[in-house]
Amino acid sequence: MPSPFRFLRLATILRLTALMLLLVFLLLPGWFEPLLKPLVQENAPAIYNRGSLFWLTVLHLRTVFVATLAATFVAVSLAILVTREAGAEFLPLSRSLVNIGQTFPPVAVLALAVPIYGFGENPTLIALFLYGLLPIFENALTGLTSLPPAVMEAARGTGMTERQRLLRIELPLALPVILTGIRLSVVISLSTATIGSTVAAKTLGEVIIAGLQSNNLAFVLQGGFIVAVLAVLIHDALQALERSLAGRAHV
Amino acid sequence: MTVGSIREKEGGSLPVDKLGVIVAALAVYGAFLATFVTYRANRIVQGEARTILESLPPSLGYGLVALVSAGAAIALFKTSAAFRMLAASAVLVALSLLIGIAADHLMPADNAYARISPASGFWILFFAFALLAADALTRMSPGPGIRLLFLAGVLAVMSGLLATGRWDGLSILKEYASRADTFWAEAGRHLTLALGSLAAAALVGLPLGILCHRVDGLRDAVLNVLNAIQTIPSIALFGILIGPLGWIAANVPGAMAIGVRGIGVAPAFVALFLYSLLPMVANTVVGLAGVPQAANDAARGIGMTDRQRLFAVEFPLAFPVILAGIRIVLVQNIGLATIAALIGGGGFGVFVFQGIGQTAMDLVLLGAAPTVILAFVVAITLNAVIEITATGRSPGGSP
Amino acid sequence: MIEFEHITKRYGDTAVVRDVSMAVAPHTVTVVVGTSGSGKTTLIRMVNRLVEPTSGIIRIDGEDNRSVPEFELRRRIGYAIQGHGLFPHRTVAENIATVPTLLGWDRSRIRAKVEELLTLFQLDPDFFGARYPHELSGGQQQRVGVARALAAEPNLLLMDEPFGALDPIIRAKAQEDLIAIQKHFGTTIILVTHDMEEAFRLANKIAVMDKGEVVQYATPEEMLVRPATPFVEELIGASERPFRLLAIERAGAAVEPGAAEGPPIAEDLSQREALSELLWSGREALPVAASDGSIVGRLSLDSLIRRAARPR
Repeated sequence: MPSPFRFLRLATILRLTALMLLLVFLLLPGWFEPLLKPLVQENAPAIYNRGSLFWLTVLHLRTVFVATLAATFVAVSLAILVTREAGAEFLPLSRSLVNIGQTFPPVAVLALAVPIYGFGENPTLIALFLYGLLPIFENALTGLTSLPPAVMEAARGTGMTERQRLLRIELPLALPVILTGIRLSVVISLSTATIGSTVAAKTLGEVIIAGLQSNNLAFVLQGGFIVAVLAVLIHDALQALERSLAGRAHV
Repeated sequence: MTVGSIREKEGGSLPVDKLGVIVAALAVYGAFLATFVTYRANRIVQGEARTILESLPPSLGYGLVALVSAGAAIALFKTSAAFRMLAASAVLVALSLLIGIAADHLMPADNAYARISPASGFWILFFAFALLAADALTRMSPGPGIRLLFLAGVLAVMSGLLATGRWDGLSILKEYASRADTFWAEAGRHLTLALGSLAAAALVGLPLGILCHRVDGLRDAVLNVLNAIQTIPSIALFGILIGPLGWIAANVPGAMAIGVRGIGVAPAFVALFLYSLLPMVANTVVGLAGVPQAANDAARGIGMTDRQRLFAVEFPLAFPVILAGIRIVLVQNIGLATIAALIGGGGFGVFVFQGIGQTAMDLVLLGAAPTVILAFVVAITLNAVIEITATGRSPGGSP
Repeated sequence: MIEFEHITKRYGDTAVVRDVSMAVAPHTVTVVVGTSGSGKTTLIRMVNRLVEPTSGIIRIDGEDNRSVPEFELRRRIGYAIQGHGLFPHRTVAENIATVPTLLGWDRSRIRAKVEELLTLFQLDPDFFGARYPHELSGGQQQRVGVARALAAEPNLLLMDEPFGALDPIIRAKAQEDLIAIQKHFGTTIILVTHDMEEAFRLANKIAVMDKGEVVQYATPEEMLVRPATPFVEELIGASERPFRLLAIERAGAAVEPGAAEGPPIAEDLSQREALSELLWSGREALPVAASDGSIVGRLSLDSLIRRAARPR
């Protein structure tokens, strides 16, 4: 059956095209002015002019990256802790907490971070970090608690120390599941970071908000498309990474 | 082997609870080192910190300190989960009651603008004992019915405190008092958005899911597209929809009349609807795929038509999984509806973003707190319902 | 020499293994048989300290097995389990190299060892070395599992139902391989199974466990002739006794001078298989051939019938 194969290749071409378009738009937005001009009133700018789109994208990604990195580190460490004998007491509670935490809307986390951390980058980073913890922790927990018993028995039987088992067997085997958690976390963070511009974080949300405030449809659309394409591309890239890892080892 | 090692440990050391150590440490910090409430002369100025003993009449202040200390001591040692639950509940109810009394106590008679809000100490204490309660509840692993009763109890206490005006002195309720009408209007809009888009998504998603289940080639394509939509950040999707919807409103006769607009409720509704499709369709497909082959074969064997089989066998068996999809959608929509305020769609987000704009954190809370509570109540309720429907049904159960 | 001295393991109030004392001679195969829940797995897991005994001592070559850290002990003892437990994220070569890597062998020595073992188990090193476990058949995975257990040249190999997941034909082959490997390395093997057939096929000595106790520890012949308890007798199966007796010895041991008609059988076949061949071909005797094909003598139905009778 050749069709799924062809579909895959078509999808890859589409993604590469989207990436190229995105890069061109970010670096040379002027080229697209004629396209967006009809959407705005006379004299209104068609291309965002209160900052560099490219620079905003970089800042947006940096915020997400920093928050996700910190969240991954903390979440995986916590998951390791509660799956060791010493932390086993916390395992059931941490499961419930993750379930409870995930019902919190990300916007609410952002809004509640403001009274504590003021405006700007910090509440956004904190909100992204806190909310990003949950999917990574949940998946790391799943990954570390659902290892095949025969494999764990063999690892013990070959004389690996607890540390060696963790680093050489448990974490590598749980990696694809942990990566899925990171991907979920990144997607949520990209979205929440966009809203972060309402609390004065420098992100791409600024473009959309500015468009909404000044009734400039061109701003809204370009901001919306950049964020959307960015999110879909990052999501797909991370998913491809997971598949290649999981597929190789067939965990 | 595990059984043995646990036994050996329990015999050897003091029965100190590890979580209890954390709870006790937080309780000590919250009660003695952090501030209980913040007092502000009006809603925007910097606040002044007040400790427990400064915020409450002496008898109540010492009483609370004593109660918190007792609760922490109970948390510290291994006791039965029910007892720990009782202790945690007592402290939580006392905190809820006393924060209102503190507000009344501190409120100067001559200043209607003064604001009193819970400060870090209160929140830390509340968090610590909520943690203890959550742990105790997890250990008791109550059935769905008990959990619902418990939720009802918590809501009853909260409504009681609100109805009797115990919390009226708190800043968030001052904020509410000055906009009670808009609050309920926005609440209605928030619910309409969340539930309406869910209904629309169910109407489209269920048939689409059934179709995807039956037509192999369709499934991957549909799920891929819906997955990509789900990935698009909410503001971006709201924004992108403004264009086409504005165009439809301007160019399609009658569209304006049924409420299609570039901004406002329409793009928010459409976006929430689109987000809702993935969980609806995916869970329908998963639910139907989880129906045991034997059940399907038996249904065919006794001569059911495809239609009869769908309604009499497949659907009832897949129901808990589909219900889980509905829970995901509803919790997600309640959160996302907040963002609708940015494009004039209303909802609790109006208070959140107004509050952010005015740097009035009480207003932010007025929007955020009901959203969180709503999402929470919906999640617990639907989880319990899913568990009730799943028991005694398909062996696949809930996902 | 592995010595169990009054080994008891309790979980709470239930004793899973009860006061077991026995000695396993070096370079032999000892099979521990029992129904599920008889404590046989727990018993061998105490040898490499995956389980710690509640009381008693296990000595390996005279040394208490608690005198070294458990991970060091386990690296010295091969361990193969049912369902092989191969690491799914590592290649076959990496799996086999696990313990040598832990022991810090140098690369070339590890590579040589991996190749040697793969060849010994009839798996082409160039083809299989870089494969992942999921790409192998069940029988191949099982062989890799045993190869991994043998990689660090342990003197002692513990096997917990190693062939449990294999179908009968592959299982027979795996058992033959194991016998050959044991001869090749001279490894002391303690193997756990619930399959009496397997026990008689592999064992120099059999330990039968029931409700945590070793009810009989003896050579297969002795167990056949003098089962210690009704349970042992039942486990052996009364109707199987003569055939099990024949299964213990090779055809070569029953050869008598003379000639016979028809195609010969190999002298390393068991006497049971020889009997089967005699009965099936309807002959009174058949020729026996050495591995080089030369006829060494004949084997008669009469002599096998005599050998199958209860020894006095």
